[in-house]
Amino acid sequence: MQPLLRVENLVKHYAAGRSAPSKDKFAALDGVSLSIPARTTLALIGESGSGKSTLALCIACLEHPTSGSIWFEGIDVAALDENQQRLLRPQIQLVFQDPASSLNPRWTALEIVSEPFFVQGRFSKQERSDKAGTWLDRVGISRKMVSRRADELSGGQKQRLAIARALALEPKLIILDEALSALDCSVQAQISNLLLELQSSLGLTYLFITHDSAMAAQLADQIAVMDHGRTVESGPAEKILSSPGHGATRSLLAATPRVPETHSVLVDS
Amino acid sequence: MTPLLKVQDLRVAYSDRMGELCPALAGVNFDLGPGEILGVVGESGSGKSTLAAALLRLLPSNGRIQQGTVFFEGKNLLDVSPQDLRKIRGGRIGLIFQEPSSSLHPTMQVGRQVSDVLAAHESFDRRTLGEKTSQLLATVFPVDAARISGSYPHELSGGQRQRVLIVQAIACGPSLVIADEPTASLDPTTQQEILQLFQTLRQKLGLAIILITHNPALLVGLADRLLVLYAGRIAEIGPTAPVLTAPQHPYTAALLRCLPSHFAESQGSRKARLQVIPGDPPDLSLRAQGCQFEPRCALRMEVCKSDEPKAATVGERHEVFCFKFPS
Repeated sequence: MQPLLRVENLVKHYAAGRSAPSKDKFAALDGVSLSIPARTTLALIGESGSGKSTLALCIACLEHPTSGSIWFEGIDVAALDENQQRLLRPQIQLVFQDPASSLNPRWTALEIVSEPFFVQGRFSKQERSDKAGTWLDRVGISRKMVSRRADELSGGQKQRLAIARALALEPKLIILDEALSALDCSVQAQISNLLLELQSSLGLTYLFITHDSAMAAQLADQIAVMDHGRTVESGPAEKILSSPGHGATRSLLAATPRVPETHSVLVDS
Repeated sequence: MTPLLKVQDLRVAYSDRMGELCPALAGVNFDLGPGEILGVVGESGSGKSTLAAALLRLLPSNGRIQQGTVFFEGKNLLDVSPQDLRKIRGGRIGLIFQEPSSSLHPTMQVGRQVSDVLAAHESFDRRTLGEKTSQLLATVFPVDAARISGSYPHELSGGQRQRVLIVQAIACGPSLVIADEPTASLDPTTQQEILQLFQTLRQKLGLAIILITHNPALLVGLADRLLVLYAGRIAEIGPTAPVLTAPQHPYTAALLRCLPSHFAESQGSRKARLQVIPGDPPDLSLRAQGCQFEPRCALRMEVCKSDEPKAATVGERHEVFCFKFPS
């Protein structure tokens, strides 16, 4: 089956420090390859600084890779010019870690979700807000809350709002960059369930970037592990989790804190 | 054994823009022994950061301590003079905040930021100050303390910055350190290193630590006891292992069941829906009487609507605030 997204040997260099000579480069991505079949989830795990977020930015056409290719539905995204990229961007949307800093606090929920239509020049004003209302409803933000400002919403509601904004243009691929990391455990569970439900009903493909291997296990079909700008291991989630082959994977899995099995007499009755 | 810290009936409220008081902590009681690590677990809005701030009277201007006592080394911190309080803050009680990047001065070398803490509490000549600073940095950076000392915060990683904050907190040899989400912005490997460092400092310096977090999993193998907060009240307090493996309060149990279970035990349940706690998080301004968890509790009874539950002892030093247990 043709994957929805295939990244081949992607390299991204940044200039290394302001005083360094211009030929000194820092390789944030140093040959990354991965592919995601449509309607599945790939979890990308790795330590801070391993290049996960740089990869996300390259795939979303927000950074230009130094070399390599990003095939999205058979098109090499990295080779497109600015105008062609603008046409492609609605297909690939992002949800960030901290909803408080990725939403304009003074805008209402409805305005935030209408904006993608406005930017893309779609629909009349009335249609934009109708459609935004429908998406908000879909992610569990009720009619009576759509006129609240973003800063009046709780952390979980803000992240629902960010998901509605990402869904508005009906993308095929959603990049979830640590989208659950800033949330409380009980809210994490709700948002994780919402993501699974949206995936099965809308046929979404997720690139789930995280350093929480327990959440990766929960959501992913496949797992890729990054270390120092390279993908060091990838494969079906069960396999990576049960028999990790690379040292970086093993240390990530070992470092994930977990609670021992709970035996609650009281609540199970 | 005399406790190092004894908190009794602590009540804190914030006034909103209309001047109405919203209770954030409503009668919190606990104590802490010397060298003990207490984990405080709670979700957003449970009052855990308010608790950290109230103990040192660092509440924002709209927050007010309405009632209670905080006995620490024989003094009630809520009564002591501002001069005495200044000596206790940073001197006897160290504080570590969540965001290491915003707690450090961006254009000052970190060594200087550590020596400033020392100089604020005691007068040293320049050379002694320099030596003490290097010694302190060497306790958490065994390898390259000198390089770190001359670095600016932006040149350090998140984990290194967090270590600098820890050095500041222990600089004056406190007996208690309060750490509010000290590892929230770090990746798991670094997180483990920092938690290990707390363990080491406790063993070496006999520090008591209050570790506040929203993730109960971080406290496994580290905290001696756990305090679970819900809506400004203690739901459950007890030794870590029984609270995590056999939680007695319906809220503690529900919270732990939200966590994705460990993959080794649950290979069949991948992409299965996680359990959630039904209902909405508590709105502190609304609910005045009864158990705060009652609207979301699967085991609620008639009495839960009207009365507030009292402590019921369910094991050694293990108390639960729930009507399911005879108090």
